[in-house]
Amino acid sequence: MTPIDRVNASLRRRYARERRFRRFGLGAVILGLSFVSMLFISIAGKGYGAFQQTFIELEVEFSEALLDPDGGRDRGILSRADYDGLVKAALRERFPEVTRRGDKRRLYRIASSGAGMQLRERVLADPGVIGTSARVWVSADDDIDMLFKGRIDRNLPEAERRVDDQTIAWVDRLREQGAIRTQFNRAFFTNGDSREPELAGIGGAIMGSLYTLMVTLALSFPIGVAAALYLEEFAPKNRWTDLIEVNINNLAAVPSIVFGLLGLAVFINFFGLPRSAPLVGGLVLTLMTLPTIIIASRAALKAVPPSIREAALGVGASKMQVVFHHVLPLAMPGMLTGTIIGMAQALGESAPLLMIGMVAFIVDIPGGPLDPSTVLPVQIFLWADSPERAFVERTSAAIMVLLGFLILMNLLAVILRKRLERRW
Amino acid sequence: MKKQIALAAALVAGAGAADAASRDYISIVGSSTVYPFATVVAERFGKSTAFKTPKIESTGSGGGLKLFCAGVGVEHPDITNSSRRIKQSEVDGCAKNGVAGIVEVKIGYDGIVVANSVKAPRFEVSRKDLFLALAARVPGSREGELMENPYQTWQEVNPALPAIKIEVLGPPPTSGTRDAFVELAMEGGCKKIDWIKAMKKQDKKAYKALCHTIREDGAFIEAGENDNLIVQKLESNPDALGIFGYSFLEQNADKVQGSVVDGVVPEFDAIAEGTYPVSRPLFFYVKKAHVGKIPGLEGYLEEFTSEKAWGDDGYLADKGMIPMPRAEREGFAKDVATLKNLEM
Repeated sequence: MTPIDRVNASLRRRYARERRFRRFGLGAVILGLSFVSMLFISIAGKGYGAFQQTFIELEVEFSEALLDPDGGRDRGILSRADYDGLVKAALRERFPEVTRRGDKRRLYRIASSGAGMQLRERVLADPGVIGTSARVWVSADDDIDMLFKGRIDRNLPEAERRVDDQTIAWVDRLREQGAIRTQFNRAFFTNGDSREPELAGIGGAIMGSLYTLMVTLALSFPIGVAAALYLEEFAPKNRWTDLIEVNINNLAAVPSIVFGLLGLAVFINFFGLPRSAPLVGGLVLTLMTLPTIIIASRAALKAVPPSIREAALGVGASKMQVVFHHVLPLAMPGMLTGTIIGMAQALGESAPLLMIGMVAFIVDIPGGPLDPSTVLPVQIFLWADSPERAFVERTSAAIMVLLGFLILMNLLAVILRKRLERRW
Repeated sequence: MKKQIALAAALVAGAGAADAASRDYISIVGSSTVYPFATVVAERFGKSTAFKTPKIESTGSGGGLKLFCAGVGVEHPDITNSSRRIKQSEVDGCAKNGVAGIVEVKIGYDGIVVANSVKAPRFEVSRKDLFLALAARVPGSREGELMENPYQTWQEVNPALPAIKIEVLGPPPTSGTRDAFVELAMEGGCKKIDWIKAMKKQDKKAYKALCHTIREDGAFIEAGENDNLIVQKLESNPDALGIFGYSFLEQNADKVQGSVVDGVVPEFDAIAEGTYPVSRPLFFYVKKAHVGKIPGLEGYLEEFTSEKAWGDDGYLADKGMIPMPRAEREGFAKDVATLKNLEM
C-alpha cells in the first residue's frame, strides 16, 4: 500500500470525525442557549405581572371634620390624621349592605394597608382637597391583586384559597362597575422594601446599588490602574514582583464570601464603620474587583506596542511622559472595558454583603453612602424567601431589572471596545 | 486621579466621624423566623410615626445574640429577635461585655408543620413515626439495641401508613426551624420509647445524640433555608413530605396540606391552644441601656406589644404568627412598659 492509498483509505473516517466534532460543538452551543432561554422565559413569565398592579377606585370624601377639625391646615395635624378611616368609610359607602362586624373587617382587607398612606400623600400635596370628595384609585391588597391577575384559582374549595367566596363576589361587583383595573406599577420602581407586596419596590435597592458601585468605582479604578501601571511600566522584574503577580491572579479566584469576612473584620470591627452601609459594601466590592481590573489593565498596557514607547523615549520624553502622554491613553479603552466588567460583577454580587449586614429589611430609601441600605441582588434574595404569594412575581421582576442593568453594562463594554480599541 | 484618591480618603474619614456621633434609627438583628413579623411591625411603626423605619437584619437567632451581646453603644444593635430562649451562657457573655440590662419579650408562637402536596391524601403520623423514619439510628429488635435506620418506606415504620418511600425535605442544620423540629418532633417521638426515656437520666449525651441526629442516607433531604422552594418541590412530587413554618402553609393552602401530628391538624387554633405538639415560642430581647438613647425605641416596643399588632385579631396574626393567650400578653406588655430585667 502506497502512502496515498493509506491516506485515501482513512480520508472518509477523518472527514466523519470532523463532522462529528462540529455537530458536538453545535450541540453544546444549542444546549447552552436553550438553558439560557428557558431561564429567561421562566423568569419573564413569572415576573411580567409585577409591572402591573391592581388598583381599585374609591369615592373618597375628604371630610374636614375627620382630617382637620381645627381648620388650621397644620401639616403636623394633617399628617397624623386617620386616613385609614377615610378608606374604610369609602369602602362601606361602596358596599352599603355590609353591616356585620366580621364582614366589614373582611371588606376593609380589599384595599391595601397602604391605601391610607396614598390618601395622605394626596392631601399633603394639595390640602385644597379637604372638604371635597373625589374618585381616587388606591392599591388593592396583594391577595386581591393575585386574584384579579388570575393567579388564584377560583375553582378550588374555599378553604384552600387565600380569598373567600364573599370577597370574590365583591371583587366581581367592582369589576362590573369598572372600579377595579390594573395599571403600570410605578411604586415598584420608586418605593423601598415593604412587607406588603403591593407596596414593595426596588427603589431603595437601586439607590443602594448605585451608592455601593460609586464607592467601588471611585476606589477600584484609580487604584487598579495605578497598580497595573506601576507593575507593567516601572516595577523591576524580580522575585518580589513575580510573587505579587501570582497573588493578584490568585485573588481573582478567591470566593467572594471571603472578602465579606475580611470586610467584617477590618472595616467594621477594626475601623468601626457602620454596618449595612453602602460605603462598607463598596469597600468590600473594591477588594473583590481590584484583581479583575488590574489584570485587564495590565493586558491593555501589554497590548500597546513597544515601538510607541521607544519612539517617545527617542524624542526625549521622560519615562513619566511616555506613560502618561502615550501609553495610558492608548490602553484606556481596554482598561475601561475591564472596569465595566468588574463593575457588572460587583453589581450582581450578594455573598460578601451578607457578612457586613446589608441583608436587611430597609424601608427608607438611602440618601447617602452612610445610610443603611441593601442592594438589588440582596433584595431578590430577601423576596425569594417571603411567604406571600405575590412576592414570587416581584422576585422575578427584580431579577429582570437586574439582568437589564447587567446587559446594559456589558453592552457598554462591548461598544467601547469596538469603537475605541486600536489594533496594531 | 489625585482628586479621586483624595475624595475617597475624605469619604472614609467622614464615615469614621459620622459613626462616632449618634444613630437615629433602631437597629435590629436576629432570627429569620421572627424576621417576617418584626419587619411588619417596623414598617407600620416607621409609617405611622415621625421616626425612621428600623433596620432589621436577618442573621439567625445565634448570630443575632452574638451581635447583640457584643457591647453597649450606637455601633451595636438595640434589639435581637430569637426563635428560642436566650441561654445562660449567652446572658453571661452579654454581662461580660457590659450588656447587663436585658428585657425579654415573648411575642407569640410559631408552628412547624410537616406537609405534603394536596394531590396526595393527607398524612397522619405520630411523633414516634417521625423519629423512627428520620433518625440516623433507631431501636433494634431487642431492648437497648440500636441499628442504622433500615426503614425505606413509611409502611415499614408503621403498618398503618402508606407504602411510599420516605422522602422528607427539610431545612439545614443552621436553621432555627430545624433545631425546633429536632427538639419538638424528633425528641418528642424518641421519648415515647421507654428504654430511651430511661436513658436520659443515665447518659444525657448519648440520649441527645440518639434523639437529635437525623439520618444522612438520602431519606432526609436538606432543601436549603428557602421554604418557598420546599413548597414548589412538594407540588411536583406528591410522595414527598416537607418541613417548614406555619406561615408558609397558610399562604400556600391551595398547594400543600399540613399532616396530622399525634392526631392534631396544624391549624391556627390548635397551635394557639398548644394542642399541636410541634410549636415553639418566639422572642425578642431589648438592650435596656439603649432605651432613651436611640430615638423611637420605646415607640417600637409599644407598637409591638399593642393589641392591634400581637392581639388575637392583630396584623401579626394575619401574617401567620400565633398569638399568646390574653393573660400572657398582658403580662409581657407590663414587663415591657416597666422594662423588667430578664430572669433566667
